[in-house]
Amino acid sequence: MMEHLLEVNNLEVKFKLRTGGLTAIDKVGFTLDKGERLGIVGESGAGKSVTGFSIINLISKPGYISDGEIIFEGKDLTRVSEDVLRHIRGNRISMIFQDPMMTLNPVFTIGEQMAETILAHKNISRKDALEISVEKLRQVHIPSPETRLNQYPHEFSGGMRQRIVIAIALLLDPAIIIADEPTTALDVTIQAEIMELLLELCEKNETGLILITHDLGVVSQVTEKIAVMYAGRIVEIGSTENIVANPLHPYTRGLIKALPGSRGTGEKLYQIPGSMPNLTEMPKGCAFHPRCELAEGECFTTVPELMQRGNFRRLAACHKV
Amino acid sequence: MFAFITRRIIQAVIVMLIISFIGFTIKHHVGDPVRELVGVSVKASEREALREKLGLNDPFFVQYKNFLKNAVKGDFGISYFFKKPASQVILEKAPATLELVFASSILIILLSIPLGTYCAIKPKSILSRLIMGMSIVGVSIPVFLTAIMLIFLFAVNLHILPSYGRGDTVPILWGMWDTGFLTLDGLKHLILPVIALSSIMLPLFIRLIRAEMMEVMQTEYIKFAFAKGLSKKRIWFVHAFKNTLLPVITVGGVQLGIMIAYTILTETVFQWQGMGFMFLEAVERSDTSLLVAYLMFVGVLFVVVNTIVDIIYGFINPKVRISGTK
Amino acid sequence: MDKWKKFKESYFLYSFLRDPVAIVSFVVFVFLVLASFTAPFTAPYDPYDTTTISIMDSEIPPVWLEGGEKNFVLGTDSQGRDMLSTMMYGMRVSIIIGIGAVLLQAFLGVVIGLLSGYIGGRVDAFFMRLADIQLSFSTLMVAIFISAIFQTAFGVGKYSEYAVPILVLIIGLAEWPQYARTVRASVLGEKEKEYVEAAKVIGFGSRWIMFRHILPNTLSPVFVISTIQVANAVMSEAALSFLGLGMPVTKPSLGSLINLGFEYIFSGSWWITIFPGILLIVLVLVVNLLGDWLRDVLNPKLYKG
Repeated sequence: MMEHLLEVNNLEVKFKLRTGGLTAIDKVGFTLDKGERLGIVGESGAGKSVTGFSIINLISKPGYISDGEIIFEGKDLTRVSEDVLRHIRGNRISMIFQDPMMTLNPVFTIGEQMAETILAHKNISRKDALEISVEKLRQVHIPSPETRLNQYPHEFSGGMRQRIVIAIALLLDPAIIIADEPTTALDVTIQAEIMELLLELCEKNETGLILITHDLGVVSQVTEKIAVMYAGRIVEIGSTENIVANPLHPYTRGLIKALPGSRGTGEKLYQIPGSMPNLTEMPKGCAFHPRCELAEGECFTTVPELMQRGNFRRLAACHKV
Repeated sequence: MFAFITRRIIQAVIVMLIISFIGFTIKHHVGDPVRELVGVSVKASEREALREKLGLNDPFFVQYKNFLKNAVKGDFGISYFFKKPASQVILEKAPATLELVFASSILIILLSIPLGTYCAIKPKSILSRLIMGMSIVGVSIPVFLTAIMLIFLFAVNLHILPSYGRGDTVPILWGMWDTGFLTLDGLKHLILPVIALSSIMLPLFIRLIRAEMMEVMQTEYIKFAFAKGLSKKRIWFVHAFKNTLLPVITVGGVQLGIMIAYTILTETVFQWQGMGFMFLEAVERSDTSLLVAYLMFVGVLFVVVNTIVDIIYGFINPKVRISGTK
Repeated sequence: MDKWKKFKESYFLYSFLRDPVAIVSFVVFVFLVLASFTAPFTAPYDPYDTTTISIMDSEIPPVWLEGGEKNFVLGTDSQGRDMLSTMMYGMRVSIIIGIGAVLLQAFLGVVIGLLSGYIGGRVDAFFMRLADIQLSFSTLMVAIFISAIFQTAFGVGKYSEYAVPILVLIIGLAEWPQYARTVRASVLGEKEKEYVEAAKVIGFGSRWIMFRHILPNTLSPVFVISTIQVANAVMSEAALSFLGLGMPVTKPSLGSLINLGFEYIFSGSWWITIFPGILLIVLVLVVNLLGDWLRDVLNPKLYKG
């Protein structure tokens, strides 16, 4: 049994609100091997970002991990001390956020923000840290990186800022990068560039990638595995090729159908009717049944388990498949 | 940056002009300078001659021009009560007020930063709740009442601190400045007034720092700092701190104005021979020269301090420093 | 009936009933207001009626100290007036001026803020510069100055006669910038929003848009600062009276009482200053606490639990 780089089992995250408790994600599980690229897809509020943040336990209060395990390099990250966790963050597992303008601290130079990351994990001189920073800036194709170190975030364009963020993520050659909607806040013309850069670097360094996004189109081109999330659960997981060619879960099928281009030019765009339920008002049984054309019987009463269906290594949570 | 500084200075000059205009209008319409100078027993014709000589019959703007000319030279007329030039009176009294304000500012900075930061980092702890609770009470007690209660407790009942005056002062700076900092007695006299003066500002700053810091802690870049694996200490005391400092500096500059107003109240209670006390007496005696001189002096003080604060802000905030705009 | 039901079920009431501090503050506040406004009926004496005051009764200590008398529960002041009654009347004056001044500042500030924000340009620049100057001098300073000028211009006698409206005017004029700034910021924010564009396209005039559409959206912050401003106004009036620039000694407010009694703490009659002082603190404190609670309620940050 091959050991995975990252193994998430049965992850559950709850939010403690004044009005009661809320389950944000439930029974989430997946694996990631060295250099593998996984896409977590779903609409806003499906729980993808919460999943991403919980891997390095960055969920802000009142959220907390209530169940499950996250096994990375022989340790369970849900039970490990804050100190150990701190040394994994930015070092073994890095994260990229959505909006680079908000991600970088406006009152510190790029150089400072990069050097401090290295110095937080390695005992080297500041000069060496800055040299490594320059090298990484070069890798993300930032011209004249040495002079750029002394500049502030607002002096860069949106695309350049995201490159810097990617450079920061790569500073300590992490095993995994978690990218939470890395291109959503950027201009459409830049989005493809950034995605390509990310892909190129991950391939070159054999870095694992967890790409969190609502954009199924991007995911289908970049990742090898896809996990589709809906209302806090994974409803389908499998290889990208298989899922795109032959989606099992009705929601996934709806998503693929909704991709522009899948219906030929001149046709009206497909939209899955209805909308995802609010986590405080979940329907009984399968969460998707109000919008599903196949729904009947069991679907209204029992929540479907994520199980192996069909021949290939594929899991889906649906009674009708 | 240079453009920024220049623009700030020009704005400062304009504000000064407006203040001087208001000051002059007051002087022009209120009170009678001739009566102040020579009293009522002088003959009407002599008074008329005096009016002519003083230029009091000239048109408004001519008088204003003269006023400005004199103001720039530091001449604000004669205080009829002290029988001395108004500017001289102010310069004599200024050190007392400035020392009081300075000492209070130091106390406020030294206390509010650690307390405010602590309350932001550990908002639910008992100490934090206590500090915040005391803050609300502090803000609800007017400054003069704090002063009175301090006197009542420490001077009247416990007899350990003096209840009025500056105590022994020592002249420094070639006799221009009488300081209370260099004598033990002077320092003892400083304690209660400084506590009183800081009592309203301190809670304000603690709450301000706490609120700003808590807001900063919610930002994406702080979350990213955690994601990078930086230590808590660095995140709080380097990242969050610098970001918190900016808005606090801006507000701090403005609070100086409020402090000056409070010195009037504090000096009155403690019979502190500073500008505030002098101002009140000038009001009671309708000593307009002194009133206007005080207004101008305080105006200059504000404008200078606010401009300096703006410039310091410009240095710290890179967005301003680089592009020259806010 | 419907509105009452809505209120009963609202988050407003829910949060109020869960917060002990808010409840206590509210109760105390109502008590103080009632006590002061029913003073003509409930106070043991009428401190304005000079026929009931005798100098022989001056400086009597409170009833529980030696020398105290049952008639004068909290003692008497230097002129022989009963402390309790004078404090009740004084509190009434303080509250009236406090609320009156806030109404004036709110009105001025909201109107100026609306105009400034909506019209922009020179009008905006002028008012905001004026507000800046006033704010940097600090409203207390401005109030002191205006009252000094009024007193010198009108003479002390006339000033005392019309003290209450004059003080309302002074404090109102001194503090409008706060409101103006807040409202203007809201207006600037709302101006950009789509519903304004929509209204313009439909053809509504500026004034209509300003008052019927933008104004309601800017009112929430106005309410929030209003309670704090009442506390500030009461303190400002107390400060002015303490300095002798406010209520005269014949119709004293809490501030004037404190001023009157100050010199007597050295000679032992501490109650003349301390009792009005405590009452003033309690009054301002409960208003501040209510204001704090109101601010929390109107700006709910959902995950405060």
